[in-house]
Amino acid sequence: MSARDTVSPIASSVAARAFIKALRSLALLRESKIAIAGIALVGFWVIVALLAPLVAPFPPNAQIQPFAAPLAAAPDGGIFLLGTDQLGRDILSRVMWGARTVLFFAPLATLSAYTVGIVMGLAAGYFGGWVDDVLSRVSDIILSFPVLVLYILIIATIGASGINIIIAVTFASAPGVMRIVRGLVLDLRTRNYVAAAQTRGENPWYIMLIEILPNARGPLIVDGCLRIGYVIITIGVLGFLGLGLPPPDPDWGGMINEARALALAFPHMTIIPCIAISTLVLGFNLLADGIREVSLHD
Amino acid sequence: MLLFISKRFGLMVLTMLIVSLLLFVLLELQPGNVATKVLGPYSSEEQRTLWLEANGYLKPLWTRYLSWLGGMVTGDFGESIRFKTPVADILWPRLWNSAILAFWTFAILVPLSLTLGVLAGMREGSALDRAISITSIITTSVPEFASAVFLSAIFVFSLGLLPGTSGMTDGFDPLQLFLPVMVLILYDVGYVTRMTRASMAEVMTTPYIRTAVLKGLPFRRVVFRHALRNALIAPFTVIMLQVNWLLSGVIVVEFFFAYKGFGGLLLEASLNQDIFLIEACTMVAVFVAVSTQTLADIGYTYLNPRIRLS
Repeated sequence: MSARDTVSPIASSVAARAFIKALRSLALLRESKIAIAGIALVGFWVIVALLAPLVAPFPPNAQIQPFAAPLAAAPDGGIFLLGTDQLGRDILSRVMWGARTVLFFAPLATLSAYTVGIVMGLAAGYFGGWVDDVLSRVSDIILSFPVLVLYILIIATIGASGINIIIAVTFASAPGVMRIVRGLVLDLRTRNYVAAAQTRGENPWYIMLIEILPNARGPLIVDGCLRIGYVIITIGVLGFLGLGLPPPDPDWGGMINEARALALAFPHMTIIPCIAISTLVLGFNLLADGIREVSLHD
Repeated sequence: MLLFISKRFGLMVLTMLIVSLLLFVLLELQPGNVATKVLGPYSSEEQRTLWLEANGYLKPLWTRYLSWLGGMVTGDFGESIRFKTPVADILWPRLWNSAILAFWTFAILVPLSLTLGVLAGMREGSALDRAISITSIITTSVPEFASAVFLSAIFVFSLGLLPGTSGMTDGFDPLQLFLPVMVLILYDVGYVTRMTRASMAEVMTTPYIRTAVLKGLPFRRVVFRHALRNALIAPFTVIMLQVNWLLSGVIVVEFFFAYKGFGGLLLEASLNQDIFLIEACTMVAVFVAVSTQTLADIGYTYLNPRIRLS
C-alpha cells in the first residue's frame, strides 16, 4: 500500500522535471542552425496540415478541369497555382490535404512502433536471460528481411489501409527500436539509482519506465526524428507502388503513382508531391542532426 | 576464427530455416487457399480437390513443408501462376539483370562515398566537411521515387539526353542503365559517406595520429599510411549492410523505370498473388540479405586485428 502511495508524487515530479528539461533543451536548439532549418521545414508542413481546410483554394477531391498547367485560370474564378492532375483536381489543394494524411499516419505509426519497441527493449535489457534471447532472436529474424520486401509481403497479405500501414510499420520498425533501447538499458541498469530502487522493492516495470527510460531519452529522441523520416518515406513508397492508402483521398505517394504514366508529358503532377515529401523528410533529418549536435555540446 | 565462421554460418542457416517456415505458414497453411490461387476463383470444388490430391497437398503440414523446403534448396520453385512457366526460368534472368544494376551502383558508390567521407572526416569541422555533411543529409532525405522523378524531369523531359524507361526492349542498352543507377547511388551515397566520415573523424582524434602529426610526418602520409587502415574497417560493414537497403531501392527503381529485374518481379508477384513466385523471390531476397550480413560480420572480425588476434 505504501509503495502505491509514493508512486504518484514521484511520477508527477519526474514528469514535471522532464517537461522543464525538455523546454530547456528546446531553447538550446537555437544554437544550431541545422536544427532551426529542420524546425522551420517541419513547422511549415505542420501549419499547412493544420490550416489545409481553411487555406486550400479548392476541395481536394473536386474534379474541375483536367491537365491545367500551373498558374492556369480556373473556369469559375480562382487560379490553379500548381496546376491540376489527370482528373482535374487542384494539385496545391491535394498537396495541402496530403500533408494532413502523412502527418497523421507517420507519427502515429512511429509512436506505435516505439511503444512496442520500448517495451521489448526494456524487457530484454532489464531481465536478460531467456527473455533477452527470445526477443533478440525474433528481432534478428525480422531485421534480416530487406525492409521493403517485408512491407510488400505484409500489405499484400493483409490489404492496403491506414490501420494496416500502421501495423506493418510497427512490425518492421519495432525490432530496430528494441535493439537501441536494449543497448541503452544494458548500460543504465548498472547505475546506483537502479540498485536503490531495487532495494526499495519497486516493481520491475516501475523501475524500467520511471527510473531507466527517462535517462535513455536522448538517443531515442534523435532516433525518433530519423525514424519518422523513414516512416514518411515508407508511406510514400507504399503509395507510389500502389500499396498505400486507398484513393481518392490525397496522399503524396499515391499522387505520384497516379500521375506516373503522364510524368513525361506533365512533369508538374509528379514533381510537386515529390518536393513536398522530400522537404518534410529533410526537415526531420536536419532536426535529428541538430539535436545530436546540441546534445554533444552539453 | 574458424569456430567463429562456422558459428556465423550456422546462425545464417538457422535464420533461413525460420524465415522459410514463417513464409510457408503465411502462404500455404491452408491448402484450399493455394488451390484457389492456382486454379483461379472460378474453379469448382471438385477441380480444387483433384489438384490438391495430385500435388500432395492432402499430406500433413510437416511433410508438405519438408518437400517444399527440398524444392527450394534444389532450385525447384514450382510454376508461376501468371507466367505459366517454371519460376526458375523467370527468376534467374531477372536476378542477373538486377545484379548488373547492383554491380554498377556499387562500382560507383563505394569509391565515391569513401572518398567523400575521408575528405570530410580528415579535417572535422572544416568548410569542406560541413559542405559534404549537409549535402549528404539532403540526398538521404530524398526518397528514391522522388529523385527518379527529379532526374527524369531534368535528363529526360528538359534536356532529352536519356531514355525515360529502362525496359531494354531492343536488346541491352547501357544508356538505359544511367538513370536507375544514378537514383540508387544518390539515395545511398549520403549514408555511407556519413558513416565513413564518423569513422575517419574518430581515428583522427586518436593519440597515435597526434604522435604521427607531431613528429612531423606530412599530413598526406598520416592520412594514407596511418589513419585510413583503421578508418576503413567500419565502412566495410556499412557497405555490406547497404546491400539490404539496395534490395529495397531496387524494387522502387525497377518499378519506376520498368527495368526487368528481380525487384520488379517480386512486386509484380505480390500484387498478383503469384504464390510460388512470391516464395522464391522472398527466399532469394532474404538469402542475399542474410549472407551479406554474415560476410560483413566475418569480414569485420577478420579486418580488425584487435578482434582477430585476441
